[in-house]
Amino acid sequence: MEMDFSFLEVHKEDFIDGFFTTLSVSLVALVLSLIIGTIMAVLRISHSKILRGIGTAYVEFFRNTPIIIQVFFFYFGLASIQINLSKFMVGSLGLAFYTGAFMAEAIRAGIQAVPKGQMEAARSSGLTYIQAMWYVILPQAFKMVIPPLGNQFINLVKNSSILAIIAGTDLLYAADIAIANYDVTSVYVFVALLYLVITIPLSIGVNYLEKRWSKQG
Amino acid sequence: MDFSSVLDPTHWSALLSGLKVTLLVAFSAIILSFIFGTILGVLRYTRIPVVSHLAIIYIEAIRNLPLLLIIFFGYFALKDWGVQIPIALSVIISMTVFTSALVAEIVRSGLNSVDKGQIEAARSQGFTYTQTLWYIIMPQAMKKMIPPMVSQFVSLLKDTSLAVAISLPELTHAAQIIYNSKYNATIPLLILVSLIYFVINYCLSLASRYLEKRLAG
Repeated sequence: MEMDFSFLEVHKEDFIDGFFTTLSVSLVALVLSLIIGTIMAVLRISHSKILRGIGTAYVEFFRNTPIIIQVFFFYFGLASIQINLSKFMVGSLGLAFYTGAFMAEAIRAGIQAVPKGQMEAARSSGLTYIQAMWYVILPQAFKMVIPPLGNQFINLVKNSSILAIIAGTDLLYAADIAIANYDVTSVYVFVALLYLVITIPLSIGVNYLEKRWSKQG
Repeated sequence: MDFSSVLDPTHWSALLSGLKVTLLVAFSAIILSFIFGTILGVLRYTRIPVVSHLAIIYIEAIRNLPLLLIIFFGYFALKDWGVQIPIALSVIISMTVFTSALVAEIVRSGLNSVDKGQIEAARSQGFTYTQTLWYIIMPQAMKKMIPPMVSQFVSLLKDTSLAVAISLPELTHAAQIIYNSKYNATIPLLILVSLIYFVINYCLSLASRYLEKRLAG
C-alpha cells in the first residue's frame, strides 16, 4: 500500500492545532476528573449513609452510561436551555465527569489500602477527620494508585477524540476534514501515529511503575 | 423542558428499534472479540517467535488508539477501498478489532496468574503443551478473567453509541433524531436514553459481581 502524505501541505496547521487541543483538553479534564474522583471516593467511604449514597450513585451512573451521551448533555442539552458552552469546555466537562467515576473507584481502592491505624493515629493526634484525610491518608493513597490513574489518563486521551463528533477541532477532527480531499487511509494512519506518540509513552510509564511496585511488594 | 415527549409511544418504538441495533451490534462484537481476543492472548502468552511478536505489536498499537478513530477508519477507509458493506457490519468489525486487543490482555494476565509449577506438573504427567494449556491452565485462568472481561463488554456496549458519528441507527442516534425535530425535548430524551443504557449495564455489572463472588468461593 502506497502512503500519500501530501495532505500535510494544506492541513499541517490543522493537525498541529488538533494535536495541542487534544493534549490540552486531556490535561484540563485530568485535573477536573482527579478533583471529582477524590471527592466521590471520600464520599463513598464516609460514615454517613446519605453521603455514601451520593458517591455510589455518581460512580454507578457515570460509568454505566456512554460518554457520548454525557458530552451531548453538555452540548445539545445545555444549549436547549440557552446555556452555551465552548466546545473546549464541553469536551473538558464531559470527559471529566465520565473519567471522574473511574478515578473515584481507583482512589477509593487506594484509601482502603492505607492501614486503618493511620487514620486512628492521625485522629488521636488531634487532627479532624478532613485534616487526617487530606494530610495523612490521601497522600499515601495516591502514591499506591498512580498506575491505575495513569491508565485512566490514557483512556481519557483516547476518549478526547469524541470532540470530533461535535466538531471540536481536536486531532481526530483534523483527520475528518482532511479525508474530504485526500487519501483516507494515509490520513488516518498519520493521525493514528500522532495518538500513539502520546499514548505509548504513557502506557510504557504505567507498565514500568506497575512492575517496579509489584516487586517491592 | 418538555418531559411529555418522553412518554410519546411513537418515540418509544423509534427508541426500541434503536436499542435493537445497539444490542445486535454489541452482541455480535462481544462474541467475535471474545474469540479473536482469546486467540491473540494465547498467542502472546505462548512466546512462539515471530507469531507472539506480531500479537504484541497488534495488541499494543490497537489498544492505545481511540476507538472512534478505528470506527471512522472502518467506515471511511473500507468505502475508499471499494468495499461495500452495511454500516452495522463496519461497526461490528471496528469494535471487534479494538476489543480483541483488550480481551487479549485480560486473557494473558489471567494465564500469567496461574502458577508456572502447574505447567511443569502437567507436562511431567505426559500432557502435551496444548493439552496443558487447554485442560489445566485455561480453566484456572478463566476465574480471574471473568470480572475484567465483563467490564470490558460493558464498555463495548456503551461505546456502540460512538457509531452515532457515522449515523448507525442505534439508540443514541434514535434519540438524536427525535430531539432534533422536537423543541425542548433534548434533556428529557438524553436522560431517558442514559437510563436505558444504565439499566442494561448495571445488570451486567451486578451479574459480574455475583459470578466473581461465586468463583472466589
